[in-house]
Amino acid sequence: MAEMKVEIRKENLVYQKTPLLTDNTMHYCPGCSHGTIHKLIAEVIDEMGMQEQTIGVSPVGCSVFAYNYIDIDWAEAAHGRAAAVATAIKRLYPNKMVFTYQGDGDLSAIGTGESIHVCNRGENIVVFYINNAIYGMTGGQMAPTTLIGMKTATTPYGRDPKLHGYPYRIATMVAQLEGVCYVTRQSVHTPAAVRKAKRAIRKAFENSMAGKGLSFVEFVATCNSGWKQTPVEANKWLEENMLPFYPVGDIKG
Amino acid sequence: MEEVRLMKGNEVIAEAAIRCGADAYFGYPITPQSEVMETLMERQPWLSTGMVVVQAESEVAAINMIYGGAGCGKKVITSSSSPGVSLMSEGMSYIAGAELPCVIVNVSRGGPGLGTIQPSQADYFQACKGGAHGDFKLIVLAPASVQEMHDFVFDAFDLAFKYRNPVMILSDGVIGQMMEKVILAEQRPRLTDEEVAERYGSWALTGKPASRGRNVITSLDLDPYEQEKFNLKLVAKYKEVEENEVRYEEYMTEDAEYMIIAFGSSARICKKTVEIAREQGHKVGLLRPITLFPFPTKRIAELAEKCKGFLVAELNAGQMVEDVRLAVEGKAPVAHYGRMGGAVYSPDEVAEALNEKIINRK
Ligand SMILES: Cc1ncc(C[n+]2csc(CCOP(=O)(O)OP(=O)(O)O)c2C)c(N)n1
Repeated sequence: MAEMKVEIRKENLVYQKTPLLTDNTMHYCPGCSHGTIHKLIAEVIDEMGMQEQTIGVSPVGCSVFAYNYIDIDWAEAAHGRAAAVATAIKRLYPNKMVFTYQGDGDLSAIGTGESIHVCNRGENIVVFYINNAIYGMTGGQMAPTTLIGMKTATTPYGRDPKLHGYPYRIATMVAQLEGVCYVTRQSVHTPAAVRKAKRAIRKAFENSMAGKGLSFVEFVATCNSGWKQTPVEANKWLEENMLPFYPVGDIKG
Repeated sequence: MEEVRLMKGNEVIAEAAIRCGADAYFGYPITPQSEVMETLMERQPWLSTGMVVVQAESEVAAINMIYGGAGCGKKVITSSSSPGVSLMSEGMSYIAGAELPCVIVNVSRGGPGLGTIQPSQADYFQACKGGAHGDFKLIVLAPASVQEMHDFVFDAFDLAFKYRNPVMILSDGVIGQMMEKVILAEQRPRLTDEEVAERYGSWALTGKPASRGRNVITSLDLDPYEQEKFNLKLVAKYKEVEENEVRYEEYMTEDAEYMIIAFGSSARICKKTVEIAREQGHKVGLLRPITLFPFPTKRIAELAEKCKGFLVAELNAGQMVEDVRLAVEGKAPVAHYGRMGGAVYSPDEVAEALNEKIINRK
C-alpha cells in the first residue's frame, strides 16, 4: 500500500476555529451543548465583522465563564439579572450589539421577572436561552424546565407535578409580547441542527441591529453529566424526550 | 449660570443628576422619594443632554441596570427608600465586587418591614456596615439640607469615579420632602463615548478594539488566594478613603463641655438644641458627620479628650452610637437618644434627653 503523506498547509484548510474563540481550555463537560453554542455565536459575530461592537452578558450558571471563551467585552451578571444588565448597556450604547446568554434556571426561574420585562420593553438585544432541563452548575437539581418524571438531585424519585409543579415553555410565553420580534427554538445535537441554529443566531443579531425589538433564541441543550448519561445517550435522550415537549422551529417572526 | 430656586429635596436629586452630566437613571417608585423619577420624566433629559431614564420593573432590576451602566464607564444613579434599598443590596455587593462607580440615593423611612412612609435614620447600619454579603463598604454621604441634596450628587459621582466604588447618599423623608432655597449648578456636558473610552477604556465595556484585550466586568474568582488578594486591595482602598475623605461639620465646639453627635435631618434639629442648652447655661456643641463612612473617628476621639459627655441623637434605636463609642473609647460617657418608626423629636426633647442622660446623669 502506498504511503500517505499528510501535509498541513494554509491553502488546504477546509475548516478552522474562528479567531473570536480564545485558546482557553473550556471547562464544559465533554458532550455539553454550551461549547457548541459558544462556537456558533463567536462565528456569527466574526462573520458579521462585529467584534468591536459586541458586548455580551454572561449569567450565573455553567456558562458563568463564557467571558473566557469569546473574545469580546463582557459583563458577568448576578444570577437571573442578565436582562437588566443588558438593558442598561444597550440603552447607553444603542449602536452596540448586545446579547445575554442564560441557562434555564437563570432565565426562567430566578430571573423570570427581568426576562419578561426585557421582552415587554422590546429592548433591541438578543437573548440566548440554553434549556438543558436542569441546574448544571450546582450539581443537577430540578429546573423549571425539568420534564415530568425526570430524576434530578432534588427530584430523586422523578418530577411529580403535585410536589414540584409543571415544566413550562417560556419561549411561547414571550412570543405573545409586542416588544418581541423573533422567537425560535433550536438544538445543536446533529450537524443539520447546528447549521439551522447558526442561521437563527445570525437572524437574531441582525434584528437587534435593525432595531426591530427583542429576539429570543432558545436552544434545547444536553447536560449529559447532570442527566448522568454518555454524550451519545444524551443526544438520543434529547431527541426522544426533550424535543417532543420543546419542539424546535420558529415560534414568531 | 447659577440658578436659585425653591425646590423639594427629591426634585433636586433629579435636577442635580441632569446638571452634573449623568448618563442614566434607573429606578422603581417608592414613597417618600418617587418625585426623583417623576421629576426626571417631566424634564425629559433625553431630549436635552441625552440622559437615559428607565422605570425598571423592580429595585432588583434597577440596581442591575446600574451595574450594567456603570460597567460601561457611564455616570449612573438610582434612588429608592428603605425596603427598595434592601432589594438592591445583592446588586450593591456585585457593584462593589466589580469595582464599579455609581450613586445610590436612599431617602429612608421607618422600618422594619414595610414600616412607615415617614422619615427615619434606621438604615445607618445597612448603609455603613456593608448591608449585603461579602467584605465591602459603600462611601456614605448624609445631607442635612436641600442644598446638600444637590451638592452631594456632584460629590458622590466624583468619589465614585475616584475610588471606583458605589457611593450612597443617605437621606431621609424629611430632607426628601421639604422645600428650601437651592442654588443649582450650571449644566455640565455629558462625556462623549470617545471621552468615556479614553478615560475608562482600561476597564469599561466599550466594545473591544483590536488594540486591547477584552474587558470583563465581574466579581468572580474561584481561586481563593486570588480572591483574597482582591479583598486586600479593597481593604487598602477603604483605608485610603478613611485617610482622605472624612467630612464633618462642627457647631459651637470650641468651648464645648458636652457634645451632641447627629447626622442628616437630626443634626438640623440638634442645632436648635445646642442653642436651647446654651440658654440654660450649658456649654454644648454639635458635631455632624457628613461622611458616615468614612466616619470622623479621629475628630470624635480628640473631642473625647476634653468633653465630659456625648449624646448621640438619631432617628433610630441606636446605630451610629456604636461608632461614637468606638471613637470615644470609654474616655467619656456616651448615651443614645432616639425616636423611631417615623416619629421625629423636637429640639426640646433632645435638650431634655441631654440633661437627663449626660449633664445631670447620676
Ligand atoms: C442568588 C443566587 N442563588 C443561587 C445561586 C446558585 N446557583 C448557581 S448556578 C445555579 C443554577 C444554574 O442553572 P441554569 O441557569 O439552568 O444553568 P446551567 O448551569 O444548567 O447552564 C444556581 C442555583 C447563585 N449563584 N446565586
